[in-house]
Amino acid sequence: MRIEANRVTVALAGRPILAGIDLSLRPGELVGLIGANGAGKTSLLRVLADLLPPDAGTVLYDGLSAGRLGRRTLARRLAFLAQGGTVQWQMRAEAVVALGRLPHRRPFAGLTAADKAAIGRAFAAADADAFRGRSLDTLSGGERMRVLLARALAVEAEMLLADEPLVGLDPRHQLEAMALFRRIASGGTGIVVALHDLSLAGRFCDRLVLLESGRVLADDVPAAVLDDGNLARAFGIGVARGACDGEAFVLPWRALSEVGPSR
Amino acid sequence: MSTAAMPSSASDRLSYWRLVGLLAAATLAMAALSLAVGYAELDLAVALGDWFAGRQSLPALVLVELRLPRAVLGALVGFSLGLAGAAMQGLLRNPLAEPGVVGISGAAAFGAVTMFYSGFAGAFALALPLGGIAGALLAVVLLFSLNGRGAGTMTLILAGVALNSFAGAMTALALNLTPNPYAALEIVFWLMGSLADRSLVHVWLVLPLMLAGWALLLSCAPALDGLTLGEDTARSLGFELSWLRGRLIGGAALAVGSAVAVTGTIGFVGLVVPHLLRPLVGHRPGRLLLASGFGGACLLLAADTLLRLLPIRPELKLGVVTALIGAPFLFGLIQRLRREA
Repeated sequence: MRIEANRVTVALAGRPILAGIDLSLRPGELVGLIGANGAGKTSLLRVLADLLPPDAGTVLYDGLSAGRLGRRTLARRLAFLAQGGTVQWQMRAEAVVALGRLPHRRPFAGLTAADKAAIGRAFAAADADAFRGRSLDTLSGGERMRVLLARALAVEAEMLLADEPLVGLDPRHQLEAMALFRRIASGGTGIVVALHDLSLAGRFCDRLVLLESGRVLADDVPAAVLDDGNLARAFGIGVARGACDGEAFVLPWRALSEVGPSR
Repeated sequence: MSTAAMPSSASDRLSYWRLVGLLAAATLAMAALSLAVGYAELDLAVALGDWFAGRQSLPALVLVELRLPRAVLGALVGFSLGLAGAAMQGLLRNPLAEPGVVGISGAAAFGAVTMFYSGFAGAFALALPLGGIAGALLAVVLLFSLNGRGAGTMTLILAGVALNSFAGAMTALALNLTPNPYAALEIVFWLMGSLADRSLVHVWLVLPLMLAGWALLLSCAPALDGLTLGEDTARSLGFELSWLRGRLIGGAALAVGSAVAVTGTIGFVGLVVPHLLRPLVGHRPGRLLLASGFGGACLLLAADTLLRLLPIRPELKLGVVTALIGAPFLFGLIQRLRREA
């Protein structure tokens, strides 16, 4: 599925959150969405998932509006992983991940063999198999995040929008999650990941979209987006750079006092 | 990887239906017990025999005119309260929600009280339930107009709080202005909730409304499951929240509004029963609905049977008994939760 956002504008309580965003998302591409706190990452993902209606501009899914497509169809084709996922009831991980199959199921029908297979794949992919029978409130923050990631993967949608899915994960699982996104994307799924780790963003993503104050400051291959000027302007930081195994990494090194993020 | 602690979803589903079947059987048993217990001496076998034979004997009349409506209404009202309580807790994702949280029960009670106040209640028997239903309807119109304008769940709850306090104030005002102290007493007693002296006409009046309400509430099961992960995730799973809220408000109004209209306000059933059963359905809000319905029916029938067995006359009001049982129980539950936390 292709998603085309045209001149998307959102204001909350009179304050502009997104100001005329143009963005196109393609199948099989892993896009990293980066930007400072309050730059509009979450709002943009919510607009793209048809959860927040834009005040102006359009979002088209394979050329169709969300209204034409229908919420249920969109739910099968686009999965959304919310930020800081809270789970209200103490459900078992297995039941939580099974929620990802809801768009595919007839109401009140049990899980089909295909559903169960998808749930199994999702658990394995998110490395959450060990928690299957455990109640979510007995898991640590990172473990819970992996279960919620498995929930989003269980939809097996053509497009996955994940809002900070690495929060709370230990370094190993951050690497594994990014490698997983990489693998899923090469299978043809379009993925957008909002994240704060610039090195992971640069290493794993095909393309980075850098937001600054509700605008797209840069939208290009990682090497072009992560240049000193952009990072100074968007985050107000100076970075240390290096390379390992032929891959570049970027470390936030100091906060720049003179060139703060323009708000 | 531990496979021992991994229950397969098939056996999971089986144990759920076993639980529902068990609760349904318990409800039937409690209803039978409720039929067997009463103030008049009654040989159930004789009464049933006479009834089936079409003989208008005294035992048959006691059974059909007194015992049966009481047992059936107990089951219907209990089911409505338990189901609506579970549905509201699911919608609000809050274990403190109760069936009347959106203002339905307060409005229904006030609707019935106006019938007392205006004197219609004395004029014809169905004035009370009809007034109650009208009150619930009014509340629904208000809530729907809010929901239609895109109000979120929190707004609806606040509107419900306002509705409940307003209806409570109006009820107090009606009591205040009632010229006849006996009428005031009658209102107060009615408000405490009771299943005594209801007839099959009441059953036929509320049954279709309740069935429609139950269907609406039960249809929300998958969406309530989805809501576990928050409103955004629920919508991304294909559930339209304003449509969900509309069905839940409509369903609660039909089920709880008509329950209050025939029995007065009976507290705690809708709050306690979902709590009690939640661990047994793996904390899944969708599965809690049906289980809570039967659990509520069981509890209400048990309370109503208990108050007839107690040697206290005039009999205690049902709402008083459910609160007397429910409040200490809730305390115990809070204690346990505190220890677990």
